[in-house]
Amino acid sequence: MRATVIGAGVAGLACAVELAERGAAVEVLERNASLGGTGCSWFAGGMLAPWCERVSAPPHIVALGDEGFAWWAERYPGMVRRGTLVLAHARDLGELKQFARRTEHYEWLDAEGIAGLEPDLAGRFEHGLYFKEEAHIDPRAALEALAERVRRFGGTIHFGIEAGHGATQQGECVIDCTGLGARAVLTDLRGVKGEMLHVQAPDLTLTRTIRVLHPRTPVYVVPRGGGRYMIGATMIESDQASRISARAMLELLGAAYALHPAFGEAEIVEIGTGVRPAFPDNLPRLTRRGGTLYVNGLFRHGFLAAPALARRAAEFVLEGREDPQVMH
Amino acid sequence: MLTLYDVPVRSRLLLGTARYPSPAILTEAVKASGAEVVTVSLRREAAGERAGQAFWSIVRDLGVRVLPNTAGCHTVKEAVTTAHMAREVFGTSWVKLEVIGEEDTLQPDVFALVEAARILCAEGFEVFPYTTEDLIAAERLCAAGCRVLMPWGSPIGSGHGLNNLFGLKALRARFPGVPLVIDAGVGVPSHAAQALELGFDAVLINTAVSQAADPARMAAAFAQAVAAGREAFLAGPMEPREMAVPSTPAVGTALLR
Repeated sequence: MRATVIGAGVAGLACAVELAERGAAVEVLERNASLGGTGCSWFAGGMLAPWCERVSAPPHIVALGDEGFAWWAERYPGMVRRGTLVLAHARDLGELKQFARRTEHYEWLDAEGIAGLEPDLAGRFEHGLYFKEEAHIDPRAALEALAERVRRFGGTIHFGIEAGHGATQQGECVIDCTGLGARAVLTDLRGVKGEMLHVQAPDLTLTRTIRVLHPRTPVYVVPRGGGRYMIGATMIESDQASRISARAMLELLGAAYALHPAFGEAEIVEIGTGVRPAFPDNLPRLTRRGGTLYVNGLFRHGFLAAPALARRAAEFVLEGREDPQVMH
Repeated sequence: MLTLYDVPVRSRLLLGTARYPSPAILTEAVKASGAEVVTVSLRREAAGERAGQAFWSIVRDLGVRVLPNTAGCHTVKEAVTTAHMAREVFGTSWVKLEVIGEEDTLQPDVFALVEAARILCAEGFEVFPYTTEDLIAAERLCAAGCRVLMPWGSPIGSGHGLNNLFGLKALRARFPGVPLVIDAGVGVPSHAAQALELGFDAVLINTAVSQAADPARMAAAFAQAVAAGREAFLAGPMEPREMAVPSTPAVGTALLR
């Protein structure tokens, strides 16, 4: 079977890997000149946090995400499985209680427990939730690893190619993973803008994803290694990636500084914005239109849900199996 | 029936559209609430190149009347500009006017509010000002041309309910002919019922529904509370008394030895 995958974001590359591993002759067409470019995968947090996501997503996101750990571990050596630490400042304890009521698979920590996990946070927080089975990956390194794997299994990736949607493609099957690019066909897709920062904070050592809950400006910090941290991310109903707003940057940095003052001394290495593709229920879908299978709407669950969706896409394309939970 | 700027409205529950887990859940919540008016905030950055179009379409498709708001504005100029954008995007002269004066409590700056209301009313807007229970501010807003007032119950999103009952009752008594919509601070349906029992005309809820574990179910609960509160007001609640009054006459009951 020859398969054409359009789009080399996390959805496209995960599908390409799944298909190639199962013996398909895979060709990936990517509009940008290289991995990254304008796609939102490049600016993702890379959190594999299905149990935390349960706070605003239905249980099947947890199930999809849970499949991802083993998948990533096998295909990307850099996965760090040290859990997620969810914190709130003293006056926001209610946020933490609410988060705890709506999630599971965590343990409550006191100040000592928090300091035990992250010594640099000693004395800064009284209460926290520890989701110890969660993980994080570096999205850019992970995308590179997937691209490499596609090639290793005989696939090819062509950059700088704009493919028509659903039009005549060479492969026997076409999998479209173009995010908002597929909007002409998937008309209920919308964009949700996210803004993020990369900072270099050499004085600080955090080893796992930290989420700080706040009624207005929740923030997460994901360590990228070598003193670099990703700080994210806003959620704005907007289709334009444009640039970061001053307010968003103030809020992200303010929240990071409140997490630890060492962020005040950090250097800002990069500012990024992306637009997440989302359906009205904010849940990912596989959609068949003509001869094309669309894998889209991964919203803020790209790295979390891509493995499970790719598996289902491959099962559909190669074996005709449909999972009604994700198939529309 | 409640009329807001000459528009008859059957449901006394108005719903905000911010911070739902997803637009699909927002849609369910609006249906479950029976609300006929929803507020939507216009982020200026999203309005610029119509970048928020997709979400606004979802709001328009709810099939209810849209009351755009100027949430997050801190100055008269910002609020007026946002109102202009909102009129263009939603094709309505209604605007819920918010001018925030203080970051922590998000308390309205009533001085700037009166000024912005004066400008917008003169331009033909039908202004729903988000204000405090302050009587003088309310008078000035009415003098500026407002025909609906939206006093806070307590700070936005705080869920503390009706914080200053004395002040709110005084406001109700002082403006018997002006529709008063309790905006902000309502946390649970009993708060909403209380507002209606006191004779307020309607309540506007956002966070209490959008941040509930099951927003649609909470929206339905608020709808019942609002209906109950209104019925109770019309039924004429009893006055509290300082002593117990037996509901069954004591005369004639058996004496047990």
